[in-house]
Amino acid sequence: MNFTAVASIYRFEMARFFRTITQSLVSPVLSTSLYFVVFGTAIGSRIQEVEGISYGAFIVPGLIMLSVMTQATSNASFGIYFPKFMGTIYELLSAPVNFLEITLGYVGAAATKALFIGIIILITAFFFVDITIAHPFAMIAFLVLTCVSFSLLGFIIGIWAGNFEQLQLIPLLIITPLVFLGGSFYSVTMLPPVWQTITMFNPVVYLISGFRWSFFGTADVSIGLSLIAIAFFTGACLVAIWWIFRTGWRIRQ
Amino acid sequence: MSSIVSVSSLGKAYAGGFEALKSVNLEIEEGEILALLGPNGAGKTTLISTICGITVPTSGTVVVGGFDTQTAFRGARNLIGLVPQELNLEPFETVMNTLRFSRGLFGKPRNDAYLEDILKKLSLHDKKDSKVMMLSGGMKRRVLIAKALSHEPRVLFLDEPTAGVDVDLRKDMWNVVADLKADGVTIILTTHYIEEAEAIADRVGVISKGEILLIQDKAEMMAQMGKKQLVVDLAAPVTKVPAALAAYGLEIGPDGASLIYTYDTKGERTGITTLLNDLQKAGLQMADIQTRQSSLEDIFVGLVKETA
Ligand SMILES: Nc1ncnc2c1ncn2[C@@H]1O[C@H](COP(=O)(O)OP(=O)(O)OP(=O)(O)O)[C@@H](O)[C@H]1O
Ligand SMILES: [Mg+2]
Repeated sequence: MNFTAVASIYRFEMARFFRTITQSLVSPVLSTSLYFVVFGTAIGSRIQEVEGISYGAFIVPGLIMLSVMTQATSNASFGIYFPKFMGTIYELLSAPVNFLEITLGYVGAAATKALFIGIIILITAFFFVDITIAHPFAMIAFLVLTCVSFSLLGFIIGIWAGNFEQLQLIPLLIITPLVFLGGSFYSVTMLPPVWQTITMFNPVVYLISGFRWSFFGTADVSIGLSLIAIAFFTGACLVAIWWIFRTGWRIRQ
Repeated sequence: MSSIVSVSSLGKAYAGGFEALKSVNLEIEEGEILALLGPNGAGKTTLISTICGITVPTSGTVVVGGFDTQTAFRGARNLIGLVPQELNLEPFETVMNTLRFSRGLFGKPRNDAYLEDILKKLSLHDKKDSKVMMLSGGMKRRVLIAKALSHEPRVLFLDEPTAGVDVDLRKDMWNVVADLKADGVTIILTTHYIEEAEAIADRVGVISKGEILLIQDKAEMMAQMGKKQLVVDLAAPVTKVPAALAAYGLEIGPDGASLIYTYDTKGERTGITTLLNDLQKAGLQMADIQTRQSSLEDIFVGLVKETA
């Protein structure tokens, strides 16, 4: 294992993040604050409690997940797409590194950035609503796992994308709807029975449910199922990446 | 066996079926400088990319320093530095950081003093904290070279290293290459400047349409294939070659002011003495004589034309 290489990639990618730290952080904090003002305060004051939790507090885990998932995906996809676009990928391909090391470097950096943003949003949330975290360690674990698994997904998208439009396409067409329909702003139990069943095919439901459980101790689906779902998702992404590097798909001619 | 790079029956067909390399065999000796010449699209970059792991061969094998580039890629790639033809660089980073990245990627511990030393040799030290995007094209080319050297490779591939580099710096670069050679680094370069190959290479390979047409010691090649010409400037112009001199196969120069005699340097007798005697006997007055040697360029153009 070439750890020096992993660290080099990680550091190089983090440098990109810190170069644009203001943009990187201002926009998620701003948009989250807007959500709190609109949903939490304005609309939330008219909504009854959901599962015994004030609506403003109820949406906090969903909001964090929403940002973390989109940020992890876009960071990781851009991180690997950019070298492809600039041609600097030649260096990765000719270096003594294997797929695991490249993935660790890029995905690690993207996940760190997303985690950073998730934590900032959590801190922002404390300014708007009262929240207590029932299971802090589980909360961190769910957050980290989500950052990692969506960074893996983003990494795959970045390798697949042939242009900037495609880079935006998957997050826009698939991830955003899945996240919005995954119970970010409502409890799955609020849906009609048919939709409750359909929703169970949305992997994001398991992540948000598990994450919300770590805050409030209540969940839409069992916590064990949440963990299995996230492990399965992560594993599937890893297998896909391993296959990509083995076959050179879209990167090695 | 002193080959450090050994290419056997290497074939590469790109997606779409185009055969960019057709069963190439090539042995590169440790410590030599090999220049690859060939017209645009000959397959030079493809050959280098395939050895370095950027493209996957369709058939054949490449062994670098005893490591198969497919099955033992780490060992092979550890030894290799690559300067690509295109100016592929991360625009927003500083020169020094891109070098640190390259060195780290190859698993080497951080060593800024070493990196700064490379930058000094390449006359880039004053740019070490500049962002790459603020450099000129020639400077970017040198950053690429510095990156390739950052991890102390034993085999260095330079794909048109001097394209877009001014004459002074080109000389600097040749000095860097000479220093590397003195340290025992094996260097493979492609170039379209034949004088460059002539100046620095030990061996020259000519590649065209995915095949190596010839690979030979530079001096030997020039001796074997190099033709020399004797140009006799005449005091009074002639319109045709005198019949008495027909056996020499002379050509008439521009305006009939000179006669050109082409001879082979590898022949035992060049025929110069008898020619000069015969010229005198034919009553031609000589104003001046000079000889010229055909360059690698003539050889190269001749070879590629032959196979076209
Ligand atoms: N990615 C690719 N897909 C398809 N064909 C390619 C690809 N890259 C190169 N080729 C083709 O392979 C052939 C060899 O290209 P290569 O870049 O190796 O030539 P070269 O000798 O380096 O030329 P130059 O002197 O212009 O750099 C060309 O005909 C080129 O069109
Ligand atoms: Mg080329």
